[in-house]
Amino acid sequence: MKKVFALMMSAALAISVFSPVMASETEKESVMEAGSPDVKGEGVMTYAEYMAAEVDDEVTIEAYVQGKQAFYDNKDAGTQTATIYTQDHDGAYFLYNCAVSKEDYDRLEVGTKIKAVGYKSEWSGEIEIVDGSLEIEEGSYVVEPLDLTEFLDDEDSLKEHMNAFVSFKGMTVEKADDSGAAFLYNYDGSGSRGDDLYFNVSKDGKTYSFTVESYLCDKDSDVYKAVEELQAGDVVDLEGFLYWYEGPNPHITSVTVEEN
Amino acid sequence: MKKRSTELIQRIGRKSCFTALALLLAFSLTACHGARTINRFEVPGKLDPSKKIELTFWAKNDTNKTQTEIYKKAVGDFEALYPNVSVAIKLYTNYGDIYNDVITNISTGTTPNVCISYPDHIATYLTGESVVLPLDELISDPGYGLGGSELLFDGPREDELIGKFRDECRINGSTYALPFMRSTEAVYVNRDYVEKLGYELPEILTWDFVFEVSEKAMEKDEDGKFKVNGQDVLIPFLYKSTDNMMIQMLKQEGLEYSTEDGQILLFNEGTRKILETVAEHGKSRAFSTFEISSYPANFLNAGQCIFAVDSTAGSTWMGTDAPLIDIAKEKLVRFNTEVRMVPQVYPEKPQMISQGPSICVFNKDDPEIVLWSWIFAQYLLTNEVQTAYSGTEGYVPVTSKAQNSEAYQDYLSRSGEDAQHYSVKIAASKLILDNVDHTFVTPVFNGSASLRDAAGSLIESTVKSARRKTTIDDAFFDRLFADTQKLYRLDQIGQDGQMRDLGPLPGTALVLLAGILILWIFYGGIFLLRLIRMRGGK
Repeated sequence: MKKVFALMMSAALAISVFSPVMASETEKESVMEAGSPDVKGEGVMTYAEYMAAEVDDEVTIEAYVQGKQAFYDNKDAGTQTATIYTQDHDGAYFLYNCAVSKEDYDRLEVGTKIKAVGYKSEWSGEIEIVDGSLEIEEGSYVVEPLDLTEFLDDEDSLKEHMNAFVSFKGMTVEKADDSGAAFLYNYDGSGSRGDDLYFNVSKDGKTYSFTVESYLCDKDSDVYKAVEELQAGDVVDLEGFLYWYEGPNPHITSVTVEEN
Repeated sequence: MKKRSTELIQRIGRKSCFTALALLLAFSLTACHGARTINRFEVPGKLDPSKKIELTFWAKNDTNKTQTEIYKKAVGDFEALYPNVSVAIKLYTNYGDIYNDVITNISTGTTPNVCISYPDHIATYLTGESVVLPLDELISDPGYGLGGSELLFDGPREDELIGKFRDECRINGSTYALPFMRSTEAVYVNRDYVEKLGYELPEILTWDFVFEVSEKAMEKDEDGKFKVNGQDVLIPFLYKSTDNMMIQMLKQEGLEYSTEDGQILLFNEGTRKILETVAEHGKSRAFSTFEISSYPANFLNAGQCIFAVDSTAGSTWMGTDAPLIDIAKEKLVRFNTEVRMVPQVYPEKPQMISQGPSICVFNKDDPEIVLWSWIFAQYLLTNEVQTAYSGTEGYVPVTSKAQNSEAYQDYLSRSGEDAQHYSVKIAASKLILDNVDHTFVTPVFNGSASLRDAAGSLIESTVKSARRKTTIDDAFFDRLFADTQKLYRLDQIGQDGQMRDLGPLPGTALVLLAGILILWIFYGGIFLLRLIRMRGGK
């Protein structure tokens, strides 16, 4: 009996693991606004001001949640943080490990307006806000994915939309390695199910690498399973967040097969 | 493409809290009278080669497919040698995930049979009674011990295990693991930039030299570009693992970190002095860290770093001709890469960290399964596995048998021939081989992993604060020390290295414990009632 108690305790505590939520798996709503979403409050930067700020400057932004990547709860230290994709009408903001209570995190839905204060940072080219905190405000705005297919080969243009919710259409799945597999667990196939998925797609004779990031979309997510089903030659439409790592590194949240 | 491991660290930190608490509660409950525990292992007389045995092996690779293939080949070769045994391999790409999964599975009795771990983590596994197998008796067993007469493979003898590496696997006086591979940290240097700045690269770098050159490199031209590389970006000195940085600086200065039995000594005046230096160069941006900026290799290879410190086990990513690169080829800059030991305080008395994966065996109810697990663990020390795996990165084999083998010596002698013999990687391996006597490890105890994290966090926080123009003074360090001790629960580690008060129990645990208490009161009442009746009967 005590063994059962012990197992129950372990299980109950283990269940507290976070589960990512992403815009791609949320019903895409048309833009809905409460008031004027980009009228900034006092002391809040516009997107242009945010982009003009120096790395390590303190920044204050208002934006709308477009994807929740992960929640970290350090009970002993009393810290709770989350990594979140947000956007306003002018651009996107990536909040990395931003302080937020579990209660508030659970209230965050795609579209929720938030105000965040933190420090601007750059990590391998990824512009983000770190060591910040957020509070929920009134208002809602859900973006439609921005089709960047025509800019795939234009890094400078893509960079202007870093961290935004974007789409790429009519992409052809290519072989990921010599075995003919359409995807790899980890970039070189060294991983196993549950690790990041890497797959290649081409457009107009050029091939690009896309990722299903396992924190954003884990192995039980629709997109993870869908990519595991892809075959070389499939034509797909992709949606996701334009993450940056030494260059564009889209983290895909949905894949739709248009042609087999 | 490498995964941003700060996320892994954060995630691990979170899980660790849950799993540690779950483990504690599970143990506190199962330790009661009548609870089931695994018997202490005793070597069975003879193994039955016809008995089907299924083992699980949790292995860690450096996001390196060649390493996973070596593991798989080792398993296949072992199964061919012992057809009654099958080994299911589960692959991980970081130690933290293995640690979390092991901790979770200890409470349910579903640990793997064999797994790769850090000694710091094994110290936590030992919180459970008879969970990890002590290996001293097995190592010297004449039949199934190292080089034993009953083995079907040519493994190393006990005296062929490098003594220093074996000692790193001793916890509380017993050997709880076998070393699998060993590495250290190295400075990967852009020699061209050092010379362009007017310096000659010494054989042994000092911290003073590295900081001086780094500050010199911060000079810009009239266009705002750095003179030394003509680019907008330059981080002259970039450190990957700041926990190692702090630990090595303290050791080299002869300053305290912790005692062997787990007393925390990190928060001292010497640490403040080190952090003042770190703050000075963090503020000028001459120094940065992985957590703040990204992988040192990426900056080094783009000509945006002069001194990149990373593990020798990351050497295949370092340098213009590195077999593995994470930046666009057009961003690569050609330069001469030199490999040096980590900067020193006293070059005449160099000291550097020893690190790397170890193998532990988990105890089970069936001693035959445990013995088969031990035999498989030993198989990972055969020359074939050792030489193959060490060639994947700047690792070194952990046995003199493998180090002196013809195959390994041939490998070392062919530096620069091709990608497999990448010169930087082989130089990194030689750095350890030539300096084994100058390596050290930190004491291992329950909580040592948290202390290590705290050591790194002090540097990260100081650099961030300096960059953000926070005033770095005594008040800053007082606050930093207090916050860090709280964050990593270091105030809960006693002088015996055991966790002390973990704070109030969760409500669910209180309900369960209250239930158990009520049951015991109920049993006690029945016992007393029977006693009274028996006495009344007499």
